[in-house]
Formats: sequence, structure tokens, C-alpha cells
Amino acid sequence: MGTPDVEAVWRIESARIVAALTRFTGDFGLAEDAAQEAVAEALVSWPHAAPANPAGWLTATARRRAIDAIRRRAALQDRYALLAADLAVNSAAEEGVDPDRIDDDVLALMFVSCHPVLSPEARVALTLRVVGGLSSEEIARAFLVSVPTVQARITRAKKTIAAARVPFELPAAGERRERLAGVLSVLYVIFTEGSTATSGDRLLRPDVAYEAIRLARTLAALQPDEPEVHGLLALCELTAARFPARTAPDGSPILLEDQDRRRWDISAVRRGLAALARASARGLGPYGLQAAIAATHASAPSVEATDWDRIVVLYEALGRVAPSPVVELNRAVAVAMASGPARALAIVDELIAADRLPGSHLVPTVRGELLARLGRRPEARAELELAARLCANQRERSVLLRKAAALS
Amino acid sequence: MPKYLLIMRGTDESNAAMMADIDEMMATTRQFIEEMVKAGVLLAAEGLDDPARSVVVDFSGEAPVVTDGPYGETKELFGGFFLLDVASKQEAVEWAKRVPAARGSKIEVRRVPGSDEVPQVGE
Repeated sequence: MGTPDVEAVWRIESARIVAALTRFTGDFGLAEDAAQEAVAEALVSWPHAAPANPAGWLTATARRRAIDAIRRRAALQDRYALLAADLAVNSAAEEGVDPDRIDDDVLALMFVSCHPVLSPEARVALTLRVVGGLSSEEIARAFLVSVPTVQARITRAKKTIAAARVPFELPAAGERRERLAGVLSVLYVIFTEGSTATSGDRLLRPDVAYEAIRLARTLAALQPDEPEVHGLLALCELTAARFPARTAPDGSPILLEDQDRRRWDISAVRRGLAALARASARGLGPYGLQAAIAATHASAPSVEATDWDRIVVLYEALGRVAPSPVVELNRAVAVAMASGPARALAIVDELIAADRLPGSHLVPTVRGELLARLGRRPEARAELELAARLCANQRERSVLLRKAAALS
Repeated sequence: MPKYLLIMRGTDESNAAMMADIDEMMATTRQFIEEMVKAGVLLAAEGLDDPARSVVVDFSGEAPVVTDGPYGETKELFGGFFLLDVASKQEAVEWAKRVPAARGSKIEVRRVPGSDEVPQVGE
């Protein structure tokens, strides 16, 4: 137990180390590479000689590797540049650690990782790698892609950031909120991937979802005055609270109406409600409204006893601040619960007429359910079979096929 | 992510050492808590009152017997806790090593099973 665990220390320290190195060198890609080299060295040397201060050891080693890299580059380019760079790095290293600055550094790291010049996949990979401290292997496992694919995404992303000359700094105040929305959406994409795996044979990847929650908590600690950060955190906590009840022992999904609510994680519900309270200081944004919907579910003892009228109102509000066909579809489901399937079917049919969710299995899933409730069984069955054909998650698909079969 | 409880187990000696420099201990503890909050891992943290003010309900007889004070002798006392949401036991241990604990005290790292692991009522 004496030797510090490299992986564990890295997880705790990586964001701060990479952030501090980026500030020292002014080169995000170089900082990330140097930090990775330090980890590789730690894996070799710690079992032989355990450092007294593991975080300091990693930082110092990474800084030395960064200086080496700058020297190598400079040797090929310009002796003067070498001197200038070396001087800059060394004087920065002597500055010591300013805790206030570290917070800004980690926040800047989040903004750089989620920069709009990057593709959405690259933002996700880079955020998990440099802010979350996940390895390429872990990211590959989480997103069911190969390790070389993840590595290529990260390398490309670092090049893109360098080529676009993205500065390592917090966005200007005016731009901050807009860019923050981008950071939030990256965290939400990561969470969503964990809470409903978009493909593959598992419904949930809780480790991915919990990583997103940890990053959301970090962001909430760094940006405590942004209600939507708390809104996102609340939404994630309240959604994750249902995880223990969402899958049967064999891994098949259990729908909301069949879930044993005693299995919902009460502590997560409590944390979610607390975050929601902080989110609602000045009226709720899109994440806060979704969290409020999740909170309404969480405080109901059963599907029947749920305040569906309130959920319809919340979806209407969500449709105004963040209109999307998925919101419309969810509103239709809530309307069906509050005032019957006929009115809900009209909303779904409008969506189909406008062709606003082409190719999604969600539209025929909902339409099939509504038709079944209206007693139009052959039509319902056809819709559910169509939904199964369009669905990429095997677990969800088998539930759809089972429902369709039950209608014959 | 699994949850771990870091249980502060002080002794009479370490508690006395802590009280001698309580201001500094409070400041470093606050810093440490802030660090865990910013890492997104802290779920809850509480310190407990002086054990002399506690009460023990003893179930060794037929009816519960209520007495003052926690133990006959106080070699190790449950003094407070941090509840962490971390990726591994190793990570919990690394956090535990960073707790500004007074010399002579111990920290116990205990896993908190997820609600899906606890046997449910009526099953």
C-alpha cells in the first residue's frame, strides 16, 4: 500500500498537470504529450522508488519532458528561439503554484477541449482524455471504437487546435456563455452515451455516465454562478438515480412504468434536487427544465401517481427555449399520460408529416405504443416492427419485437 | 463509479494534537475539501461532535440499555467522514493519503455498495 498508484494519482492530477504545462509552454499538444510521457515513466520507476509527493513528481517530470521537446525542436530551428523558450519555461517553473490560477487553467482546458473548431467526436475524446484523465483504451471501450481510432482522433484534435492557434485562455466574458453551452453539450453527449448506449449489446455504460457526472461536478465547482451548469448536473444525477432499476439481471431494459422505484438511488435523487434548486435561481434553461421533468418523475411513487400535467407544462416550456423534434415526441408521450392517446397521436402525426425525425426508431416506437393503447393492434404491430428495424441497440430492439409479438 | 467512505479514526492523542492547532487544521481541511469538490468526487463530508457528548444504546441484554459516552476506552474514535465518488479503491486511497490528519490518527477506507448490490426489501 506504500507505493502510490500511478493510475489513481493520474486521475486526480491529470487536468491540473496538463493545464499548468499548457500555460508554461503555450502549446496544448506538447503539454499533453509530455504529461503522457511522465505517466509512462512513473509506471516504470514508482515500484522501485516511490516518490514522497507523487503529484509533484509527475509535474516535474512532465515539465522536463516538455523542455526536452522544445530543445529538440529548437535545435532544428533557431538557437535564439531555444534560449527564449528555455528561459520562458524555467521562469514559469519557478513561479510556484497559484491555486486561483489552477482553477482558471482547468476551466480553460475544458474550453479548449470543447472548442468549436473540433468535430463533436474529437471534443468528446479530448475532454475525456485531458480533463477526465482517461486512457485511449478506456475511451475506446466506452465508445466501442478501436484504440487507434481514439488515438488518431486525439492526435488530429491537437493538430487542429495548434493549426487554428486556439489560445490557452478563458473565453472573453461576452463569448463565455456561448462557449459554455458547447462544453455542457459535450458533457451531456458523454452522459447520454453512458445512459443509453447508442449501439452494442448493453443498454447502460454506467462508468461513462459517471465520468460525465464527475466532470459536471467539476464544472459546477468552477462556474458556480452559471445556472445551466447546475441544471445539467441535476439532470445527470436524477437520470442516473434510475440506473439500478433500469435493467433486469439479464441486462434487458425495464421501462419506466415497470421499474421498481425502491431501487432508485435516493442519494442521487437528493443530490439532483439540490443541484436543481441552485439551477432555478433565475428561471430554468433547457437542462434545468429537463432536470425538473426528471425531478417530477423522481418524486412520484408510481407512473399513475405522476404529475403528468406538470410534465406537459415543462415540455411546453422546453419546446419554447430549445425546440426540437425529440422534445415534441416526449411532449406527446406526456400528453398521452395526462389526457389520453388520441391527442398525443395527433402530435406524433404532425411530426411525421413534417418529416422532422426521419430514420429514428423513436417515432414509430411512440406511435406504436399510442396505437396499441387505442386498440388499433395491427397498425401498432407494424409500427413497433418498423421501430425494431431502425433501432441500433440490441437490447432495446428485443423489447420492441417482444411488444410487437404480444399484439398479434 | 463506486463510492467510498473515508472514516476518520482519531485517538485521544491525535484529537488533542488537532485541538492544539485547530485553526490551521480547519484551514487545511477546508482547502482539502475544496480540492475534492473541484475534482468532482466529494458527495458528503461531516465531522462529529465530542464523543463525550454521545450516547450508546446497548443491545446486549433483553432491553436496550442507554449509557453516556461511546466506549469504555477510546483508542480509536469515529470522528468524521468524507463520502467520495471515485473510479477505484486506489483513487480513494490516494485521496485518503491527502487528508490533513493529525499525527497518530487513522483513516479507514470503506466501499459503499451501490443500491443495485443491496438486497431489496420483499425479495
